[in-house]
Amino acid sequence: MTPRPATNSFGRALASHAILIAYTVIALFPVLVIVVNSFKQRNAIFRSPLSLPNSETFSLVGYETVMAQGDFLHYFQNSLVVTVASLFFVLLFGAMAAFALSEYRFRGNSLMGLYLALGIMIPIRLGTVAILQLMVAGGLVNTLTALILVYTAQGLPLAVFILSEFMKQVSDDLKNAGRIDGLSEYTIFFRLVLPLVRPAMATVAVFTMIPIWNDLWFPLILAPAEETKTVTLGAQVFIGQFVTNWNAVLSALSLAILPVLVLYIIFSRQLIAGITAGAVK
Amino acid sequence: MTVSSPRMPVRWHIGVFLAPAVLVYTAIMVLPLFGTLQLSFFRVVDGRDVFVGLDNFRTLLGDPRWSASFWNALGNNFWFFLIHMAVQNPIGILLAALLSNPRLRMRAFYRTAIFVPTILSFVIVGFGWKLILSPIWGVAPSILDAVGLKSLFAPWLGKEEYALTTLGLISVWQFVGIPMMLIYAALLSIPDEILEAAECDGITGMSQFWKIKLPLILPSIGIISILTFVGNFNAFDLIYAAQGALAGPNYATDILGTFLYRTFFGFQLQIGDPNMGSAIASIMFLIILMGVCIYLFGIQTRLRRYQF
Repeated sequence: MTPRPATNSFGRALASHAILIAYTVIALFPVLVIVVNSFKQRNAIFRSPLSLPNSETFSLVGYETVMAQGDFLHYFQNSLVVTVASLFFVLLFGAMAAFALSEYRFRGNSLMGLYLALGIMIPIRLGTVAILQLMVAGGLVNTLTALILVYTAQGLPLAVFILSEFMKQVSDDLKNAGRIDGLSEYTIFFRLVLPLVRPAMATVAVFTMIPIWNDLWFPLILAPAEETKTVTLGAQVFIGQFVTNWNAVLSALSLAILPVLVLYIIFSRQLIAGITAGAVK
Repeated sequence: MTVSSPRMPVRWHIGVFLAPAVLVYTAIMVLPLFGTLQLSFFRVVDGRDVFVGLDNFRTLLGDPRWSASFWNALGNNFWFFLIHMAVQNPIGILLAALLSNPRLRMRAFYRTAIFVPTILSFVIVGFGWKLILSPIWGVAPSILDAVGLKSLFAPWLGKEEYALTTLGLISVWQFVGIPMMLIYAALLSIPDEILEAAECDGITGMSQFWKIKLPLILPSIGIISILTFVGNFNAFDLIYAAQGALAGPNYATDILGTFLYRTFFGFQLQIGDPNMGSAIASIMFLIILMGVCIYLFGIQTRLRRYQF
């Protein structure tokens, strides 16, 4: 870019930083208040909510309550199983369908694409009544399988849409070279195309993962039993029971925040690259 | 695959590639959606499903007890959506415009930090803000006190007239990262030549944003609007986490999602009613479908897209 006139560019940068810092504080402050206060004694939480814990006020009593009363490790494991399994099926089935739609010309191709894309705009929640009946009929209520099935269906439309955009860019010469060498269509897909669209898969994974991990609706309706509670539902129920025990509530909230926050800090670069790349498509 | 005859062989692999996605999607998403629409025309009488035509909808819109709740939820939902359109999207555009300046330092930090609330679950956001705004704890009053505005404090989530707006703003706080990122991506995709040409013509700074960039990102703003619409008319989690299924105080924060949950699943003394629940879900489906159609045919086709 050509350098812009230097007039008031310093002032403009200062104003930009002021606005962005102000908004960053708004975005992070509530999270910090919760995490910081979870390490304090009950008295200190109320007396000086905005100060950091010191040697006098530091306390882990909330975490002890959470560990003793709630089965968070188990909830965490449930969430992990549901999220990873759904993600696996969304990526595998989504990539296969995207490959079929972008690679082959057959009758009904664009109609099929439109059919699969409908689910991007129409939320799966609207079918909840019939989904519950289906799961009752199939004996899947209060199983993680029910959640995995629902989340797979929920994630597929966007996955197919984004992945087929990316698969159109994979060079035809490469695939045709593979065909001449006698590779089957399956080998071409799994060995040639899939590795090439790995960045797009990461984008889809992030888009798919966050709503699944954070969902409250389907765990509440399809799998509210103690053995199948996810972290989100577990935290919701736990907090509901311990509403007056502020130490426990703040600790439970912090425990729910920290794993996601750590993962986010590790993967934020890919996440943001994914969103910006996906949006340009 | 061997080509033994001049005719096109049956390409089974296309079916194999498509089948899993289409089957799961159809069985778990499309059929239940139609199943729900269908259920809304039935009623359970003596343990059997009986076709009642539009009776459920007539009850929902005609019976004073039902219709009061329904219109309340629908009106609240529109207000919830308006707050997002009026607050979330302008803030998102402003932040994106500031971030897209290539010479700004610490861009990555701001981007990462402002997106943090978006990855948190509704339970954390709902309860966290409930605690912060609680008059018992006093975080909000003491902050207002620090800037000399203590008299403005009210238990916002507990007052009928403020609760819904407060929740709307909390939701804006949570999701402002999404319009910010999408607009940011759109701004980055504007070619440098166009901006350079504008600068040669003396269009810089604010006027460059209004005259050059904004028209170019209008399609992205359209997409954000429809995503916000669909998300808001399908919202449930935040209200449930912060105010419970009764969407208190006195149903002041009831939106279609919580109304559907209470009706379908039952709550406290109310017995769950799948058929009335289906009727509400069907109306939500129609509203969302209408919104999507208005966007696709009314807005998207009129937005001029620029090919670079």
